[in-house]
Amino acid sequence: MADQVLDAKGLNCPLPILKAKKALKSLEGGNTLEIQSTDPGSVADFAAFCRTTGNELVEQSEGNGVWTYLIRKAG
Amino acid sequence: MSNVAEMSSPQAKPGIDPNTMSIIVTKGSLDWAYPPFILGTTAAAMGLEVTMFFTFYGLNLLMKDLNLQVSSLGNPAMKMPMMGMHMGMPNLVSAIPGVDAAASKMMKSLMKKKGIAPIQDLRELAVEADVRMIACQMTMDMFEYGKEDMIEPLEIGGAATYIEVATQSHINLFI
Repeated sequence: MADQVLDAKGLNCPLPILKAKKALKSLEGGNTLEIQSTDPGSVADFAAFCRTTGNELVEQSEGNGVWTYLIRKAG
Repeated sequence: MSNVAEMSSPQAKPGIDPNTMSIIVTKGSLDWAYPPFILGTTAAAMGLEVTMFFTFYGLNLLMKDLNLQVSSLGNPAMKMPMMGMHMGMPNLVSAIPGVDAAASKMMKSLMKKKGIAPIQDLRELAVEADVRMIACQMTMDMFEYGKEDMIEPLEIGGAATYIEVATQSHINLFI
């Protein structure tokens, strides 16, 4: 169970990333954020976001057109 | 007609923090407002220090009251999805009064439907993310724009101000 859940469904690039960044800001290091997105481009973008920022993409899954990401905040 | 964003050399630059980016923003129409604000806000969200330098029509994007328009004039690639197909507009049609306003309205409603952020929102996010925004003094003088017409916080600067930023930025874009 994630420490926080962000519903980014219906939002297009770059809003899921920008909202995820904002949500991560309010989390302590080591805590997790779950993001739900309907943007197909979010698959490549969350991977790139995590590689660049050092936050960990713990898992991702897809079902019914919704991608779910679990990110653990660095530090 | 216009160049796409040009990226600087991909090689690592010694002594320069790789997490730095500058963007020269030269265009002020609805369509051209997106690339700089999308890249600026996303780079800031990814931990980059971002500076945007607004010059010529780019200054339009700093106005407190934004009413951005798109034009199909000289823009043969602009084809709007309509009734299951894509429709372009001949230059001649664009000259008819009201056509560009209608096209702008159409593009805005399309964006809303697709969950694309209005430029106002992206601009607010850029301000919140401490993106440094510099307005070009010379073009402000030329167009007779005052700082009071524009959003805060805003710095005013010239070519040398931008070049100093560029020498300290790993990525420099011109849009």
